[in-house]
Amino acid sequence: MPITPIIERCRARLEDIEFGSVREWKARHPGGRAVGCFPVYTPVEIIHAAGMLPVGLFGGGNTIELANADARFQSFVCSIAKSTLEMGFQGRLKLLDGVIFSSICDVARNLSSVMARNFPELHVDYIHHAQNMTSPSAVDYVESEFGRIQRSMERLAGHPVSPGALAASLKTYNQIREILRTLYRIRRESPHLISTVELYILARAGTLVDPEDHLRELREVMDLLPARQGRPKDRVRVVIESAFCEQPPLDLLQVVEDAGCYIVDDDLLTGWRWYVEDVPEDPPPLRALAESYIRRSVYSSVRHDGPRSRNLGLVEKVRRANAQAVIFMPAKFCEPALFDYPLFRVALEQANIPHLVIEFEEKMWTFERTRNELETFVESMLFD
Amino acid sequence: MATAVTVDKDRKYQSEVNDHSKRIMTEYSDQLARAAKGGEPAGFLMISGNCVEILRAFDMHPVFPEVNALQLAIRKQSLPMILKAEQMGYSSDNCAYVKADVGMLMSGGYGPQGTIPYPSLVVCNYVGCNVYVKWFEHIAEFCKAPLYMLDIPFLREGDAPSQDDITYVVRQLEELIATCSRITGKPFDIDKLREVLALSARAEEGWSRAKELCKVKPAPFDAYFDSINMMGPINVLRGTTQAAGFFDFAVEAFEALAAQHKGPLAEERFRTVVEGPPPYPYYRNFRNLFSAWGAVAVNSTYSTVGGLWEWGFRHDPRRPLESIAEQMLVENLTNRSLTARYQQIRRYVEEWEADALVIHSIKSCRLFSAGQGDMREYFTRDLGVATLLVESDLEDPRYYSEAQMKNRIDAFFESLEHRKFLRKGTGGDA
Ligand code: SF4
Ligand code: SF4
Repeated sequence: MPITPIIERCRARLEDIEFGSVREWKARHPGGRAVGCFPVYTPVEIIHAAGMLPVGLFGGGNTIELANADARFQSFVCSIAKSTLEMGFQGRLKLLDGVIFSSICDVARNLSSVMARNFPELHVDYIHHAQNMTSPSAVDYVESEFGRIQRSMERLAGHPVSPGALAASLKTYNQIREILRTLYRIRRESPHLISTVELYILARAGTLVDPEDHLRELREVMDLLPARQGRPKDRVRVVIESAFCEQPPLDLLQVVEDAGCYIVDDDLLTGWRWYVEDVPEDPPPLRALAESYIRRSVYSSVRHDGPRSRNLGLVEKVRRANAQAVIFMPAKFCEPALFDYPLFRVALEQANIPHLVIEFEEKMWTFERTRNELETFVESMLFD
Repeated sequence: MATAVTVDKDRKYQSEVNDHSKRIMTEYSDQLARAAKGGEPAGFLMISGNCVEILRAFDMHPVFPEVNALQLAIRKQSLPMILKAEQMGYSSDNCAYVKADVGMLMSGGYGPQGTIPYPSLVVCNYVGCNVYVKWFEHIAEFCKAPLYMLDIPFLREGDAPSQDDITYVVRQLEELIATCSRITGKPFDIDKLREVLALSARAEEGWSRAKELCKVKPAPFDAYFDSINMMGPINVLRGTTQAAGFFDFAVEAFEALAAQHKGPLAEERFRTVVEGPPPYPYYRNFRNLFSAWGAVAVNSTYSTVGGLWEWGFRHDPRRPLESIAEQMLVENLTNRSLTARYQQIRRYVEEWEADALVIHSIKSCRLFSAGQGDMREYFTRDLGVATLLVESDLEDPRYYSEAQMKNRIDAFFESLEHRKFLRKGTGGDA
């Protein structure tokens, strides 16, 4: 079987505005509960270990008309915040029993309060992720915070989480992330073998099913990939940065590729890939997760830097991917993404790496101007 | 039907308390300017839930970039600075406080040629606002200064932080103390910190007393517009004899006014609670629009961004680091949830007996504004409190439209007056 049907199946899953895959999971797990994870990073292992289904909650994309939410959040607030709230008003989150937000930005923080107030039947949690990445006390803090979330998930699930179950979940998600890292590597090395649109669909659809099922799907792809044929084309190798929360429409990613780019690295769905290596399986699992959060995670616009700045991190990422340029793709009104741009820009200019900025909204549907900008950019790169 | 009175647009609201505040804040600015020339050690901090006491224990000049930004806006000098930052790649949608400050830094406002000393240490007290992190990352980068990230867990479950949250903050405060000691070359003197904290507590006591006095009718001062003059002393100068003395003076003055039934306006016709920061570039104009209706703020949320002293919390010299940690974690508006703010406002409306809630929604500050439509919903629908929501910005003059603002405010108070009139007419409670 070729890969395409798997991708098509995944695409159908993520485009299903009724969360059909969650519904199916619930049918297979009577009494089972599902917990939405608002970007960027959620320790999904804890939800899974409690026997519940972690669900990627990425707003309404271009499938929703705002009827109520824009009266609650002003015009200068990003789209994902409003569309997520609107999904609540329109009953599209009924399948979820809980939602977890975290300290990514001021908007997400206030949104978690507004959600809790308007949907009292929804179990709403808010994680304060550590910002101090160098204090010796940070790991203790994160362990305590993840422990609090564990207790909260236990209350929602109605039973305790055993260390064994948590260790098993760590393992499952380690395996998923390991394959995703491998797929990212393959795309870096041979971008003609798997496109970004495909890889993205695959990864994103995985946030909507049981991780075991996702793992099976990924393994199938890994088995089939070597048989794929293709010849590298003359394209510009680019890195996409700043699309870590609200997600660009698939069509926008397609436009970037069609305009003559190989996207060889990106920060799409970054929270679901988060760790640069496996979370170790020997220390007690919560401790392992906490240590990894501080020591083994990617740089991020929604967290203060560790010992190295994310400006250097981006330059390194470009070099590692052997990329020629960066495309900044911030969501419109996304404060953390927009704030990082001035310093990213300086770092890239110092490293002689060209870049282009494409602001997007999840609900955008015409791409003509963007296509023109991209084509001009690609031409300037190819004939430089 | 009663209408707005015309307010002389150059009307002065100054009282002796405001003058006193200006005097000690000017002294502070002068000190900073001298420190800038002399290269004396300065520590940068943000206003919200700050730990200025620690810097004072090391004689470091505390510098608050928010105050730089605010002063630029009040002096109507913010726009060129904002534009400068936008040329560097800052977005028109980013908080303009940051842009104005960065623009000022890039225009030579810091260092020996300017009025603000370069930071010897940037202390990012991450208390609620995520923009703080960006702002200080940028300052540290531009000034090549060391940054200490003082991470304050958000108050996310109930009204009290966990013991682990407190421990995390106290341990970071200890690290900060060691860092300050290294940078200044001075040993840490806990007794000095205790003295500073005692002065803080004295100012906090006065602050609370002053705000409490606004329960009196008429309120002796405007707890939004005038309390801004008290915010410098409480948030910036806290821990000094000047600040403590200022509040002793202010309380005495306000008590006298209250006893004489005097308020900031000739007549107090409406009592409001105000939510959100003011439009500093048009501060006076904005105030006049309310004065025209005899509207006086009897409490405000903005006045509590730095600290929530009015419900009894005081820094405690006997528990120095713990009480600093508690103030940062719990006792300020910024580190509490939006819905906790609803409850704060509700208390203000009820206990300070306000007629209406005014929400000033500002584009720059999503910490304040994101979700204020829901807040309006809660107050109008659930509680039946008359609520006005107006929009502009606290720093960027481009977002203030006087005509629109006036229309909205006039329409609101006109209908509020009508409501009051009807209630009186039917013998209902006014
Ligand atoms: S898109 Fe940006 S501003 Fe909006 S919720 Fe996500 S991180 Fe926050
Ligand atoms: S977002 Fe608000 S609280 Fe944060 S720095 Fe800007 S004005 Fe201040």
